[in-house]
Amino acid sequence: MMRAVCWHGPRDVRVDEVPEPELINPRDAIVRVSSTAICGSDLHLFNGVVPTMESGDVLGHEFMGEVVAVGSGCRTLSAGDRVVVPFAIACGDCFYCRERLTSLCDNSNPNASMAEALYGFSAAGLFGYSHLYGGYAGGQAQYVRVPFADVGAFKVPASLRDEQVLFLSDVLPTAYMAAENCGIRPGDVVAVWGAGPVGLLAIECAYRLGADRVIAIDRWPARLRLAESHGKAETLDYEELPDVVEELKQRTGGRGPDACIDAVGTEAHGTTLDALYDRARLAVRLGTDRSHVLRQAIQACRKGGTVSIPGVYGGLLDKVPIGAAFAKGLTLRMGQTHVHRYMAPLLAQIEAGRIDPTFIITHDRWPMSAAPEAYRMFRDKADDCVKVVMDPSR
Amino acid sequence: MRHRSPRHRSLKSDPKAWAATGALTVVAVAAGAAWVASRNPRWRHDGRRRSDMPTLAAGRGARVERTVTILRSPEELYARWRDLARLPELMAHLESVTPIDEKRSRWVARGPGGTRVAWEAEITADEPGRLIAWRSVEGADIENAGSVRFTEAPGGRGTEVKVLLSYELPAGRLGEAALSWLWESGDQEVREDLRRFKQQMETGEIATAAPRPAEAR
Repeated sequence: MMRAVCWHGPRDVRVDEVPEPELINPRDAIVRVSSTAICGSDLHLFNGVVPTMESGDVLGHEFMGEVVAVGSGCRTLSAGDRVVVPFAIACGDCFYCRERLTSLCDNSNPNASMAEALYGFSAAGLFGYSHLYGGYAGGQAQYVRVPFADVGAFKVPASLRDEQVLFLSDVLPTAYMAAENCGIRPGDVVAVWGAGPVGLLAIECAYRLGADRVIAIDRWPARLRLAESHGKAETLDYEELPDVVEELKQRTGGRGPDACIDAVGTEAHGTTLDALYDRARLAVRLGTDRSHVLRQAIQACRKGGTVSIPGVYGGLLDKVPIGAAFAKGLTLRMGQTHVHRYMAPLLAQIEAGRIDPTFIITHDRWPMSAAPEAYRMFRDKADDCVKVVMDPSR
Repeated sequence: MRHRSPRHRSLKSDPKAWAATGALTVVAVAAGAAWVASRNPRWRHDGRRRSDMPTLAAGRGARVERTVTILRSPEELYARWRDLARLPELMAHLESVTPIDEKRSRWVARGPGGTRVAWEAEITADEPGRLIAWRSVEGADIENAGSVRFTEAPGGRGTEVKVLLSYELPAGRLGEAALSWLWESGDQEVREDLRRFKQQMETGEIATAAPRPAEAR
């Protein structure tokens, strides 16, 4: 038996004793998890807005650790390898994987028919992210089964600490792809909604890809401070300056940002009572709701610009101003990150000391046995929480 | 608009007019749905003769058509499918396929409500790398015919695999049960079988999220 963070219903996660995973398919590996983080998208699960979760599902898709067993068909790995695992599971063999669009893998979702009914086609299976995405047990656990480990599990050198490489599993490639999707050219101004882990890293990646200025939009003082001090971004507190679109226009010589990144996604303000109160208050004062970020981004973006959406959306979105997007000839780019294709180049950047994603960690080596507290803290941004990294052995 | 038509007013005030409008809407929607259904070839019993599809006696049959693209050559896919004895590895509802000779084979499948259906089939067309077609011979529990065609997809995208199946059912209670079972599950079954075929051929294994080997399929 092992310990794992299990979902039991909206706002109800528990640390349960569950059976250890076993090898099933030839290309599987079993990884003993050394570090595992809570992702902003885990809060959508925590708040119960993602359908097809079942009581007892093991959460977690940002994890790394040591290979302890490999299947007969997994020839690239051996026991003892230290690996980071991408959140999306990819076979490496289908048309999409060959095109390096690994988050669109044809073959990794055992419940593909469910996703087909909803989306027309199924994308890749994900760790710990509902049965719609395959029902795979996640990595907020002491052990995890990694399917197609020969393609997914990515070896990292012993010279780097867990904290330096853990985010190769999701948020760092996600931020990088978000910035890359902006098609940044010299002189560009990039606006980033949401100064959480993805937003903060996206600021850094946007500068690295040649942005002239980056403007971060949020309302949490600690996050805005981090965007300013570490990210060297200009900041915009939308509680103080409610007309974000006008403010951005003024700050960009009347042109509007060349690219806008929505690093917030479907659930701008949560669904708890206090968050509902916040939402009501914001709705009255600022005219915002759950899709307000995407609306603002489309409205603010300059003509011919790009709106890049790393934030997760799952269903239908109301009142998206497609007319504005059309009239201004915008490019919209979105989707789950093709993590596999970014791991090697981003590891090289980390090794060379050019990127250090550890600055987003506010709560390190948090005992996994106290995961429920960590979820609540992260949701409420209590204790200025930006990123929790948990230790599954504690 | 300032001027309101009398019809508009009567709709607003007269509940009977509302009911009539509602009924008309329902009829229109139903007629529309029926028309759409009749336009969809997969929902229509198709008595036409096709070269790649052995037809059965016309009547109350079920018919399934599904296509999937697999990133492998037509020759590889044909060879795997032609190895009939190994088909049950890919097709969840098949229990066994036993070749009798070059053309004939014996099939056992799981039927509705835990029943078992068996039939003998003969291959009616066999073009290596292109097509396999078969039909049940006299005495089958469920008279059936099918074909699988392999066509190279454009731009190096692999092979389009198209499966056609049709069933003709015996009279009586088994027939009734089998018919509803096939209507409900036939299409989904073929879809999942083709998905497993694709996974096996592209990746060498079939994806599963079962926590333990015993629960994996």
